[in-house]
Order: sequence, then structure tokens, then C-alpha cells
Amino acid sequence: MATLAPTFPWTKDSKDDYRTCPVLTLKVDMHAERLIIANAVMAVVTLTLGGIAALLIALTRWQAIHLLDATWFYRLLTIHGIDMLIAWMVFFEMAGLHFGSTVLLNARHAAPKAAWLGFILMTVGGLMANFVVLFDPKNTVAYTAYLPLKASPLFYLSYILFAVGALIAVITFFINIVVAKREKRFEGSLPLVVFGFMTAAILATYTLLQGAAAVVPAFLWSAGILSNFDPGIYRNFFWGFGHPAQQVNLAAMISIWYALAQITVGIRPVNEKFSRLAFVLYLFFINLGSAHHLLVDPGLSFAWKAVNTSYAMYLAVLGSMMHAFSIPAALEVALRAKGYRKGLFGWLRNAPWGEPGFAALVVSMVMFGWIGGVTGVVIGTEQINLLVHNTMRLPGHFHATVVSGTTTAFMGFTYYVIPLIFRKELKLKKWAVWQPYVFGGGMLLVSLGMIVSGLQGVSRRNWDITFAGVVPGTIELSLAIFGIGAIIAVIGGIMYVTVVLTSILTGPRLEASKLLLVSGDNNPVLESTKLTEHDLESKQNQPKGSFVLVIAFLVWFAVYYLTNWWLLGRTWFIR
Amino acid sequence: MLAPEQNWWKPLGRLEKTWLTVALVWCIFLTVMMPLWYYMGKQNVPAETYRTTPQQYAATVNEFVAQYQVGEENSIPVVAPPPGSDVYLRASAWQWYPILQLEKGKEYRLHISSMDYAHGFSLQPVNINLEVLPGYDYVATITPTSSGEFTIVCNEYCFLGHHTMVGKIIVK
Repeated sequence: MATLAPTFPWTKDSKDDYRTCPVLTLKVDMHAERLIIANAVMAVVTLTLGGIAALLIALTRWQAIHLLDATWFYRLLTIHGIDMLIAWMVFFEMAGLHFGSTVLLNARHAAPKAAWLGFILMTVGGLMANFVVLFDPKNTVAYTAYLPLKASPLFYLSYILFAVGALIAVITFFINIVVAKREKRFEGSLPLVVFGFMTAAILATYTLLQGAAAVVPAFLWSAGILSNFDPGIYRNFFWGFGHPAQQVNLAAMISIWYALAQITVGIRPVNEKFSRLAFVLYLFFINLGSAHHLLVDPGLSFAWKAVNTSYAMYLAVLGSMMHAFSIPAALEVALRAKGYRKGLFGWLRNAPWGEPGFAALVVSMVMFGWIGGVTGVVIGTEQINLLVHNTMRLPGHFHATVVSGTTTAFMGFTYYVIPLIFRKELKLKKWAVWQPYVFGGGMLLVSLGMIVSGLQGVSRRNWDITFAGVVPGTIELSLAIFGIGAIIAVIGGIMYVTVVLTSILTGPRLEASKLLLVSGDNNPVLESTKLTEHDLESKQNQPKGSFVLVIAFLVWFAVYYLTNWWLLGRTWFIR
Repeated sequence: MLAPEQNWWKPLGRLEKTWLTVALVWCIFLTVMMPLWYYMGKQNVPAETYRTTPQQYAATVNEFVAQYQVGEENSIPVVAPPPGSDVYLRASAWQWYPILQLEKGKEYRLHISSMDYAHGFSLQPVNINLEVLPGYDYVATITPTSSGEFTIVCNEYCFLGHHTMVGKIIVK
């Protein structure tokens, strides 16, 4: 078998132990491997906790069932936000950063002790947050904890511990890259996937610093040391953390998309420059998105909001639209080069739909772009936000991005991490094949149910909207769709956790012998290295089908966007 | 996943260039729409804001209620201010105070502030939503274009009684 990795000598006198991955022929530092496993396990644990909360709160908002009482509803809502949006995402991303900065670079982990310290702080902080919310009723403040709602100092402390831990882990990522470069573990530029992780890591650094600017004063205020902390300023800094944190998820997810596309189809990015520029656009503009959460806040001018909410000129949106073309295009070119050239979409028909990684990639891309992305831009429009702020259209949007998009991609990627890093055979393969479709289908209903409810004025984070007495009967239907979707999505989540646990807890440790899980014995990553410049440029291989897909996407985008302006024009005059 | 060849700075293909141009034009359109609506549209996000304190604001609200009260509903005063005037609404856990009675097609300067936590002004079913913070006197100049009874729902989580925080605006 040909080797993928350049064969640089491992540092001779270093005490690090490593193994060579038989499938990717890359060296795997055992420190890195253990760190990846630990972070991935905590990710799955917090996903499970957050998932249990998800089911219970969804069954409460489904008005016909209305399961929990108000206190438990708000408590589990707080837990759900912390475990899903913070813990599950960040633990998985840290596993990704350790993977990207060592295994993919054929390099060692240069600061394992610091990385373990980071992991321990994150674990303590994450579990502590769950604990204090469950056992101290004062801390039922929702995960955003808007001032002047006052939680106990321990609540803020748990956030700080988690964030400091994450920051330490991110710093080890940078150290690893520098050391790998200096030790010449790779030549030339970083691989695209690592470049994307690098974007995520840079975003994470200033995200966490802004989080400190919000939570540290809140901690001091709660402890009685600081007498006053302005609620508007808190919101500004909190979203300086909360919004870019979602862009960390975005950059990590897109890196995983490129990785899944290479693992399952053997793509070669059609134009590295194009894809990298798209990541750079995130880096420069995405931090302005904090304003999305402040569009109808008192005290802010139109000009400030318009510049910030549009990422200067929708330049971060441009970045996403570039990836939205470059990834399907790379898939199309690779499949056409394999001979699937019939018509516009012959390549799509012959794609490996039965391979879990490909299924997760497609579900993630479609849901993230067509629902999450479009609704995000629309509700982030300054004036349209009047119709949307704090209605259920908001969670409808971000469940399409963070759950259907990012979580599905992370789940799909896990199936490959199990044989390659955990070195266990993937069990219940049939479940793994179906899981992305079940989960994605459920989440589609969740998002649609939420968005349609929100359009009718149903507010988010509300135990019982019927108190208002104004809601039309049709919300019973849309909330039921949301509830049914949540049950299906939770089944998808249970399938995921079952596959992961069954695989890692049963069966002997086994070196992986092949890359694909179900769809063949070939090694697409190896094949991708054989795609030549000629294959990419050949007339027959041009990504015409993908171009048609993105144009269709743009039409849908325009229709939804303009419809919202029309809706705004029908409401009361306000200025 | 693998390191690219040394020189990856290559010109874009024809389809990439076309898509980049189309996407950029769309982004510019999205950008232009906001200032365009700001000058031409009838629905814009209020920006007028004053510093206040809960005590100061509560005093203003009481004065306002004493001046224009016309009735009472469930022990909350119903207030009918004249068109064009300053109208005061107070948010606190878990109550909107007072009930406002407005005239259709007339303009009012609606002040909103909070006594304690962050609250959310969500007027239904017309679906206008604003953030309400303590210490900020937020002024929305509104013109009701439909008549009837409208509900103010609190849509910013304000602790355990959040969902019971419901108020009313009557438009005649």
C-alpha cells in the first residue's frame, strides 16, 4: 500500500510513544489518542444528558402533552442549553483540535499535560454547571443568564472553569502546530481540514476572551464584590461570546464536511484558494455577529446595528455560500472522474448514500444551508428582527444550524473515529447507516414546527403560551409537529449513543483495516491523491450539477427573504 | 485532510467565478435593503433611548396613570392618553402596567422600561417584539393600524413566573 504521509523521522530521543495507523499510514501519538478519546467520551456523555432534557422540554411545549411543571421546565431548559450548546459542542471540538493538530499532521502532541489540565477543568466546570442548576433553584436562569437575574456565584464559576479549560486546550492546538512545523512533520501549507480547525481555534480564542468579559464581572457581581453591572453591556459581551461560539461550531463543522467528503468520496478541493478564502472571510467578519442578538435592544443606533448584523457586507455569509458551492462541486468532480458523468445529476445518483459519513454529510449540509443559513440571514436583518426577536423562529433557526448541521456532522464523523482512534470495530453498522436520516428527519420537523409556531407569535422559553389567550388554534398543530419531530430526533440520538457505546464497550481492540464502514473496501483518501489537475479541469468533470443546486438554493433564499419584508410591511407602523 | 501541493494559489474556474459574482451581488443586495427600508419603510426598529432608574421610571408611570386613567380591569388601571402624547408602560416580574387604550391610526410615543429583570415586549398578534431592560427608557413611536384587543406577552425569560406575565393594549 502506498503511503499518504511523508515519512519524516519521529524525533529520535523523544519519549513519546506512537503507533502507525494502518489505514491512513499516519502516525498517531498515544498522548493525542488518549486525549481525543477522553474528549469524545465527555462529548457523548453531555450529549446524552442534554438529550434527556431535550425530550422532556419538547414534550412540555407540545401543548397536548405538557409534561413537566413550570419549575422543572425552566430548569431542564437551562441544563439543555448548557449541555448541548456549550459542553457537547466544545468537548467534540477539542477532540477535533487534538486530532487535527497531531494525527493529520503526522505530528506529536507537544503539550499533553496542559491539554489534560484543560480537559479536567472543562469536565469539572461542565458537571458543576449541571449540578448547581439541578440542586439550587436560584440557578434556573437559562443558559444565557441575562442580568439582573442573579444566579449563585458557583453558577458563574462553573462557566469560568469550563472556559479556562477550553482556552488552555485551544492554546495546545497552536503549540502543536508550531512544533509540528518546526519539526518538519509536514511540508508547505496546512491541510485544508486543519486550516479550517485553525480558523475555529482563532475564533475560539477571542470568543472565550469575550465570554470572560461577560461572566467574570457577573461572577463578581453575584459574589457581592461588584455593586452594579449594566444588563445591556452584559448582553453585548455575552453575545460576543455566544455568537462567535456558534461560528467556532461552524468552522469546525465545515472542516468536518471536507473531511467526510474526502473519507467517503475521495474529493480533492477543486480550488484550495477558493475554500481557504472562504475560511478567512469567517475569521475577519464573523465576530460582528454579536449584534444579531441585540437588534431590538434599547440604546443602539441603526448604523451600528446595520454594519454589525450584516458582517460588514454579508462577507461571512459570502464565505458560507462559497463553501456551499465548493464542497458539492468537489464531490461532483470526484464522482465524475470515477465515471459517473451521465446528465446533470448522474453523479449524485451514484454517490455512496449508504455510507454513514456521506449520509451525515448530506443531511448536515442540506439542513444547515437551506434551513439554518437562510433563516439566520433573514432574522438577522435589522428591521425583520422586529417580527422575530425571542419568538420560536429563533430556536427554529439555530436547531437547524447547530443540531441538524453541526451535531449531525459530528455524529457522522464519530463513526470513523471509532475504528481509527478508539481502534474498535464499529458495531450495529445498519443503525449507523440509518441514524443520520432518522435524526435529520426528526430535526427537520423540529425546526419547521418551531418556525411555523414562531411566525404565529409563539415565544421561546415559555412554559405555557396559552396563558396569553391570543394564540390561534393552529399553533396546537405546529407545536405538535415540533413535539413529534423531537421524539424522532431523540430516537436518532439514542441510535447514535447505542452504536457508539456498543462499539467501544464490546469487542477486542482491533487495528482498523479499512476506511469505509459499509460501502466498500477501497480507500477514497488514497484515491483522492490520484486525482490529477487534468481530472479537475476536464470538460466532462465540471460541476454543472452543483451549480444548478446552488442557484436553486439562491432562489429559495430570495423567496424567503422577500416574503419576510412583505410580512413586516403588514404590521403596525413603528420607528 | 492531506497537505496540498506546494503551489495551490490557482485562478478560479469559470463556474467558481460565476458563483462568486452572483453570491457577492446577492450580499450587496442584502446590505442595501436595510438602509433602503430605513428611509422608505414604515416599520423600523426604534433607537430613541434614555437613561433612567426603576424609581424614577415608576414615578413617571404613576403620574401618567393618575392623569389619564379611565377604568380598571383586574385591579390594573386602564389608561387612555391623547393621540401624539407620551405613553408609559412598565414591565416587572410578572406584570405589564397599565393597560393602554389607544386610537387606530394615531401616533403615540410608547416608553417601555423594566423595574427588575430583562423582559421582552411581544405584542400579539401583530407580532412586534422589543427587548426591555432596567435602567433604559426605550421609546417606540407607534401607530396602530388595526383595532381590537392586543396582548403583550413577555418573551424574555424572567424567572419562574415568566409565562404568566401578560398585558393588554386596546385599540379603538
